[in-house]
Amino acid sequence: MGNPCAIIGIGQTRYQTKRLDVSIAGLLREAAVRALEDADLTWDDIDCVVIGKAPDMFEGVMMPEAYLADALGAAGKPVMRVHTAGSVGGSTAIVAASMIQSGVHQRVLTIAWEKQSESNATWALTVGGPHSTSLVVGAGGYFAPHIRAYIRRSGAPDHVGTLVAVKDRENALRNPYAHLRIPGISREMVESTPMLWEPIRYLETCPSSDGACAMVLASEDAARRAPNKPAWVHGTAMRSEPIFFAGRDTVNPQGGKDCAADVYRQAGITDPRSELDVAEVYVPFSWYEPMWLENLGFCGEGEGWKLTEAGATALDGDIPWNASGGVLSSNPIGASGMIRFAEAALQVRGMAGEHQVEGARRALGHAYGGGAQFFAMWIVGSEKP
Amino acid sequence: MKDIAIVAFAQTRHSAEDTGLAETEMLLPLISGVKEQVGISRFGFTCSGSNDYLQGAPFSFVSALDAVGAWPPISESHVEMDGAWALYEAWVKMQYSDEVDTALVYGFGKPSQGSLREIMSRGYDPYYLAPLGVDSVSMAALQARAYLTRSGAKEGDLTAVAARSRAAGRNNPYALHLDEPSPDAPYDVAPLRAHDVAPEADGAAVVVLATGDRVAEISARTGLKPAWIRGIDHRADPHSPGVRDLSVSPSARLAGAKAGATGVEVAELHVQFSHEELILREALDLGDDVLVNPSGGPLSANPVMAAGLVRIGEAAARIHRGENRRTLGHATSGPCLQQNLVAVLEG
Amino acid sequence: MPTNHALEFPGGYTRSVGPVIGRFLSELRDGRLVGVRAGSGRVIFPPLEYDPDNGHAVTDEYVEVGPSGTVESFAWVGEPLPSHPLDRPFAWALVRPDGADTAILHVLDVGEYERGAAPPKRLKPGLRVRPRYRAAAERRGDISDIEAFQPEVTMITAPSRLEYDLKPGRALDRFLEGVSEGRILGHRCPVCRKVMVPMKGLCPKDGVPTTEEVEVADTGTVTTFAVNNLPDPRAPQVPFVSAYVLLDGADVAMVALVSGLPADQVRMGMRVRALWKPREEWGRTITNIRWFEPIDEPDVPFDRIAEYM
Repeated sequence: MGNPCAIIGIGQTRYQTKRLDVSIAGLLREAAVRALEDADLTWDDIDCVVIGKAPDMFEGVMMPEAYLADALGAAGKPVMRVHTAGSVGGSTAIVAASMIQSGVHQRVLTIAWEKQSESNATWALTVGGPHSTSLVVGAGGYFAPHIRAYIRRSGAPDHVGTLVAVKDRENALRNPYAHLRIPGISREMVESTPMLWEPIRYLETCPSSDGACAMVLASEDAARRAPNKPAWVHGTAMRSEPIFFAGRDTVNPQGGKDCAADVYRQAGITDPRSELDVAEVYVPFSWYEPMWLENLGFCGEGEGWKLTEAGATALDGDIPWNASGGVLSSNPIGASGMIRFAEAALQVRGMAGEHQVEGARRALGHAYGGGAQFFAMWIVGSEKP
Repeated sequence: MKDIAIVAFAQTRHSAEDTGLAETEMLLPLISGVKEQVGISRFGFTCSGSNDYLQGAPFSFVSALDAVGAWPPISESHVEMDGAWALYEAWVKMQYSDEVDTALVYGFGKPSQGSLREIMSRGYDPYYLAPLGVDSVSMAALQARAYLTRSGAKEGDLTAVAARSRAAGRNNPYALHLDEPSPDAPYDVAPLRAHDVAPEADGAAVVVLATGDRVAEISARTGLKPAWIRGIDHRADPHSPGVRDLSVSPSARLAGAKAGATGVEVAELHVQFSHEELILREALDLGDDVLVNPSGGPLSANPVMAAGLVRIGEAAARIHRGENRRTLGHATSGPCLQQNLVAVLEG
Repeated sequence: MPTNHALEFPGGYTRSVGPVIGRFLSELRDGRLVGVRAGSGRVIFPPLEYDPDNGHAVTDEYVEVGPSGTVESFAWVGEPLPSHPLDRPFAWALVRPDGADTAILHVLDVGEYERGAAPPKRLKPGLRVRPRYRAAAERRGDISDIEAFQPEVTMITAPSRLEYDLKPGRALDRFLEGVSEGRILGHRCPVCRKVMVPMKGLCPKDGVPTTEEVEVADTGTVTTFAVNNLPDPRAPQVPFVSAYVLLDGADVAMVALVSGLPADQVRMGMRVRALWKPREEWGRTITNIRWFEPIDEPDVPFDRIAEYM
C-alpha cells in the first residue's frame, strides 16, 4: 500500500451543457483553485500535476498537458496526462495517489475535465477510420444491447431503470454542482420520455456536460497542516480486458469483478454492502446500477435489481449509491470518474453538504470505460489506514 | 527509493513507409518476443503510451491491448504521451505496490499515416498558436534560431550533429540507414535543413521492469546484466515560445539534477531536431567525453510516441551488454523541448 | 491500397475563450494590442489568466502595448505547408510589442519570395515590426485578425482538417478482400480454438497470433440488440436495429444492422441472413452487406446464445 495518502482538497465546477464563460484553462483553474482553497494551499505548494481526460478530439487539443502546464502552475514541475477511456477520471486520481504512496511527492494536484461543448460527443467518440466493420450509434447504441441482455438474464422488471433515473435526479437536487436538476422528477416523467436506444429512455441516459473536478492529494506529513478533515486512501485498483473475444461476458465483465476484489482486499473489506457506507459508481445509463451492484459484489448475480427496487441504494437506504446524483445528472466524460472518486472522499470527510450520508466512514469511488472493459476504483475512509 | 531495473528492451525495425501492418500487428510479435525472452506471460502492471491523432481516431490504445493478452484482466494504465512517461508511471507504481514486481511498458506510433508536422501543431495553445497553423518544424526552427543567436554556434554545427547521428544509425539495424548529410542541403524551415529534422518512422518499443528477486531470475534467463534505475525525473517549462528563453532548457536541467545525471558515459537523447542536442548537452552538463546517441538517435529514426522510450531502452541495452557502467536516457514532449524526462541507469 | 481518412469536426470546434483571452481578442478586433499585468509587475502579452512562471492569477490591469514591436527570434519557412497562413515564403516570429515583457508568436511577412528562397538578409533579431490588421469588417475576434506583422497581403484560411492515408492492417485487409468476393472470413485461435470474425491476426484473449483461416456462413443468430430511434446516415430509417449477430461457424458476435421486418418484431435468438448489395456495387468494405434479414427458421433458445453476450 505504501505511504498513507490523504485527500485534503476537492474542487468542482458547476456542470452544465455549455460553459461559454470560460476558456479551457479557465475551466480547469476554476476547479483547481477551489481544491487549493479547501486545502489552504497555493499553486506554489504543489509538487506535481496529474491530469486526465477522454479523447483529445472532444476539444481538438492534442496532448493538452503541454498547453496547460503553466496554466496549472506546473512550470518547473512534473506534469502527466492519463488516458484510459471513460475510466480516466478514476485512473488519473489513482496515478496521482501513486505519486504520494510511493513517497515521490508530498502534494499533488490532480484534475480531470471535459469541455464537450467545443465539439460533439458522438462525433468525438466514434469518428473512425474508413475500415470500420461495425455500426454503433453513440455510447447508447453500444451499451443498449448489453442492457437488454442483462434484463433478459436477470428477469428484472422494466421499471427498475426508471427507479434509478428518478432516484439519481432527486439526489442531484441536493447537489449545487449537478447539471440536470429537474424539480418534481418522477417515474411518470421518465416513462413519458422517448426511447433513444431501446431499452434506454431519454431520461435514463446521462447528459453531455462541460466541467472539471480537482483534488489535492497529500502525504501524511503534509495532511497534518490541512485545515479541513482529510479523507484517506484505503485501496486503489485498475483492471483492463480486451473488448471483443470469444466467451467475453459483456454484462458482468470479469475485469470489474477482479478490480473490486483487489480494492476490497486492500481495504480489508469482505462484505461491501455492510462494510461500505456509500458508493459513487459510474452509472451513465440507469440500468447500470443493478448491473454494477452485481458486478461489484453488493449482491449475488441476478439480484441487483431487487436492491434497487427495495430502495437499498436510495439516500436513506442501507447502502446509498450516487448520493451526488451521479453520472446520470452530470457527465463531463473525462471528469466523471474523478467526480465519483471526489464525491466518495467528500462523504467520508463529512463535507458533502445536503447530500451527505450521515456518519459515512468508508466509501467506494468507481469508474469504467471503453466497452465496459477498463475499470478504476478506490476506497476512501475517514480514518488513516 | 526501491531499486528497480530495466531487464529487457525490444524495438521494431523502424520503417519510413507504411508496411501495411496495423498497430496491433506491429506490437504483437514485439510483446510476444519479450515475454518469451524474460519467461513471463503476466506482468504485475502494464502501461503504454500512444497518441490518437497519429491515426485520426480516438482510442488507439484500446485495440493495442489486444496484443498484450489481457486475459484474465490485467492491471493496466495508459498515458497519451511518449512511452517514456508510461515507464515513469510504472516505476512509481512499483515503488510501493507489493503485488507489482514486474511491469511491461510499451509505446507505439504510425506517423506514416498523416502529416506529422501538422498533426503535432494540434497540441499547441488552442487560442494563440494552433489557429495560426504553425507546424512543429517551424516551432523547432524558431528555437534553433534563438539558440544559434545566443550561443554563436553556426549552422554547420547543426549539420555535424546530423552527420554523427546518421553515421551511428547506419550501424544500428533498427534505425533507418541515411546518407551523409550535405552542408548545403536545402532548408526545411531555416535554419533547419532536411537532415536536421528527425525522419519520422513507424515503430514500437517494449521495456520490462523488475524489482526484488525477479531481477536476478530474469537476468539468469536472458544472460543480460540488469540496468538499475538510479534516478528518474521529469519537468515542464511554460508552453508558449514567447514566455520563455528558447535558447535554453530549464526543465531538462532540473530533471537532470533531480535524476542525478552526473558521471554518465553515454547519453541517449530524444533529439528530434539537431539543435536540441546542443541545448540538451548544455542543460545536462554533458562534456565532450560523453558519447551521445550511439544508436543514431531520433535523427536516424523517429518512431513517434516510442522514440523517448527507445532512448531509455538503448541506454539500458548498453548496460545489458556490459558495454557501459552508467548511462542516461532522455525523452521530451511538447513544442521546443517543453517537457523533459531523464533516467540515469547503472550496471 | 491506403484509404483517405479526414479527421475534421464539422464546422470547427466552438471555443469559449474566458474573460482574459476574450478581452485581448475584443481589443484586437478593435485594432488594439493589450497585455495584462502579472503580480510580479510584468506585462504578459498576449494575456494569460495566470503568470506562466508560477500559475498565480494575473491582476485585472490591462495595458495597451505596441503597436510597434521587436522581433526576438524567427524561423524562416522557405517551403510553406498547405496549413500555413501564407503560400509563399514567410517567417514565424516572436514579436515583443513595446511595453510588453513577453512575446507573441505570429506570422512575419517580409515580402514576395520564390518558394525555397533562403532567409532574407534583413531578417534578424531586433527587426522592428508592426501588425497588419485585417479590414475592420473582416475581423472575427481571433488571433488571425492580425494577418501578419508587416504589410503585403496574401491571405489563406487555415483549414481545421487533417488527412491521413490509412491501411486496414494485414488481417483486416484480408477480411475485406473476402467480403469483396462475397465471403466472410475469420481466424481460428490455436490456443482457445475459437473463431473470430472479423479476424485481427491475433487472439485478444490469449495474446497469440492467428493464421488459420475459416470461412463462416452469412447466416447467423441475433444474440442481443438495440432499437435506435436516433437517425444515422448508415441506417435505412428510424427506428432501426443494431444487433450482435453470431454468424454460423463464428464464436464472436459482430455488430450489424438488422432490417426487413418492423423493429418491434426483432427478437433475441432470431435467425438472420446477410442481405448483400448487388455484386456490381461491391468494394473492399463491410458495407457490401446492406444488413441482415430474418430467415424462416425457428428461434434459437436463449440458453444456447446466453454465453455470447
